[in-house]
Amino acid sequence: MRFVDEFRDRKIAGDVAAEIARLADPGRHYRFMEVCGGHTHTIYKHGIEDYLPPNITLVHGPGCPVCVIPMGRVDDAMYIARQPGVMLTCFGDMMRVPGGDGSFLDASAAGADIRMVYSPLDALRLAQRNPGRHVVFMAIGFETTAPSTALTLLKAAADGVSNFSVFCNHVTIVPAIKAILDSPDLRLDGFLGPGHVSTVIGCRPYQFIASAFQKPVVVAGFEPLDVLESIRLLLKQLAEGRCEVENQYTRVVPWDGNPKALDVIRQTMELRPYFEWRGLGFISQSALKLREPFAAYDAEHIFRIPGVRVADPKACQCGEVLKGVLKPWECKVFGTACTPETPIGTCMVSSEGACAAYYNFGRFTRERLQEAVR
Amino acid sequence: MTARPELEQQVLDRIESFRRRKPTLREERITMAHGAGGKATHTLIEAVFLETFRNPLLEPLEDQAVFSVNGARLACTTDSFVVSPLFFPGGDIGDLAVNGTVNDLAVAGARPLYLTAGFILEEGFPTADLQRIASSMARDAAAVGVQIVTGDTKVVERGKADGCFINTSGIGVVERDIHLGAAAVRPGDAILVSGPIGDHGITIMLARGELDLVSDLTSDTAPLHALVSRVLDATTAVHAMRDATRGGVATILNEVAASADVSMVVDENAVPVRAEVRGACEILGIDPLYAACEGRLVAFVAGEAAEVALAAMKNDPLGREAAIVGTVRAESPGLVLLKTQFGGTRIVDMLVGDPLPRIC
Repeated sequence: MRFVDEFRDRKIAGDVAAEIARLADPGRHYRFMEVCGGHTHTIYKHGIEDYLPPNITLVHGPGCPVCVIPMGRVDDAMYIARQPGVMLTCFGDMMRVPGGDGSFLDASAAGADIRMVYSPLDALRLAQRNPGRHVVFMAIGFETTAPSTALTLLKAAADGVSNFSVFCNHVTIVPAIKAILDSPDLRLDGFLGPGHVSTVIGCRPYQFIASAFQKPVVVAGFEPLDVLESIRLLLKQLAEGRCEVENQYTRVVPWDGNPKALDVIRQTMELRPYFEWRGLGFISQSALKLREPFAAYDAEHIFRIPGVRVADPKACQCGEVLKGVLKPWECKVFGTACTPETPIGTCMVSSEGACAAYYNFGRFTRERLQEAVR
Repeated sequence: MTARPELEQQVLDRIESFRRRKPTLREERITMAHGAGGKATHTLIEAVFLETFRNPLLEPLEDQAVFSVNGARLACTTDSFVVSPLFFPGGDIGDLAVNGTVNDLAVAGARPLYLTAGFILEEGFPTADLQRIASSMARDAAAVGVQIVTGDTKVVERGKADGCFINTSGIGVVERDIHLGAAAVRPGDAILVSGPIGDHGITIMLARGELDLVSDLTSDTAPLHALVSRVLDATTAVHAMRDATRGGVATILNEVAASADVSMVVDENAVPVRAEVRGACEILGIDPLYAACEGRLVAFVAGEAAEVALAAMKNDPLGREAAIVGTVRAESPGLVLLKTQFGGTRIVDMLVGDPLPRIC
């Protein structure tokens, strides 16, 4: 299949892996963070680690939209869903995220009208088809998904739809990366930059990582060869003593991002003073809320949401996993109390979550794997 | 200090033993995940139905039970159909009901004889649609050579059902001296599939019209009894067969790996998937291995007979694109491993959650 198979070619992968082995200094251990959960998913789904020498460790980052939603926001959404006449819509990944009192799937079983949509425009369409209901879209995600929420808001306003609103939980990627770089317990040698976020914000916002923190960044695509090639580019920078922001994903990511997408976000949303991230705590200026002219579409204005802060379960170490301090299997409850079917933490829910990806695809040490498939 | 890989393996071994414990149903209410055919469905079946109804015929949790009556070995099965939409490219709920029931009998090596059909109809359902569904069932039954010999009809108030639900049961006779079942699968067996996977699941998703995706894809709903007969005529080395429905091929591999206490290694490059299905799966983030089929056989055959079985499948009109996709192993029992197209290796687990709408 075109545009897929050429990026999964075994032979080219072997060539890139040979180059990686040549570039990696055997006397050194490399720790690279893939910021984006999409990369984590790709790494496990295609078995990319099988191509890496043992002295390269991939550390999973915070860029999983579902993983960073705090329990309190799930509970707020559930409160909205229980209001009379409300239909709550969300992306499929959100359905199993545990709040303080069960997940959307449980709330749906208990009678709340919660539906999965593939796009915020689908939620708007549901509102137009169900004039007797108030349809709320639970918006989550980084700058990748914010433009589609923004466009939907503009369309709702243009069409004069009055039974639609957005519960905005959009977050921005750069403050999260900053929080990780400021974290004292983490040593990293470079970053695989988030490809799809960068289609919107471009590569410039990462310059500070290279200049102030002296870590190389390669903005990477999502096919397995993209990831492997980006690891090669990071090693090449280190070998040559360079420290820059490079763009491996040029077929999709323009250096300056997408001005139109940034413009619709700017028209409809502004930065919140602070926002709580699951496991990472409150990060200032790290999330978006709707601007005043869109208050009529802002679920936080329409409903008096409780806004209660729910502490993460004590056993859950999602924060450490999101920051890359712990590997999923090092979490106390991984795979026993916390599994994809009964998740405690968000990292075990989304297919982009590090724990879910590791549990579903990689629950195996490399040594044992080689033995089994030999 | 214990080396990291060793420590990691210890954690993983603990998890594997944890996974083998008896499942308990934690949810207070039924969620959609309980009907998705994955882990939650299994937990529900084992914790509620198997525990309550336990008997030797039910225990293997095969698609049918096989028992002897006055010297004749009979196979008995039941199935329910709640697909939405009722009519879709390549078939309708009636086709699924007849073919699905026939297939559950056929994979035990049984010759399907008689079916029953129970209809749960919603007030207001168009009689023309019901006639159309019944006609499909009659045509499919005639094609297979089975008769629908008894039935039942219930009507519920508007809103209490979704148009038309069908429940069937089927009786067949096992005339060969064979005992097929997951428990008979052995290390060294080859894993065969009878054709491209996922056509039905993706067709239904697209037919629901919620995705703004259009394709020429049609459901693969078909009766597999003739194909099964060809394979069983060709070799006596077939150990187990399943028809891949809800949960797809991945679910079957996991079920059989768990029952037979073996592992499986599947080669992603060898698994036949149509380009349209792959494309839709890439866009939707679904693994084709989990996408439903309604006319695809997965067979576990002794390694030395694999080519003979494959040739027999390919001789059947429904098996032209059949393929050997993997092998059964003894190491790390319970695990299904995939050698990816890219050249890496990963686990293929039971499906968690409900990524797919009502498909059968």
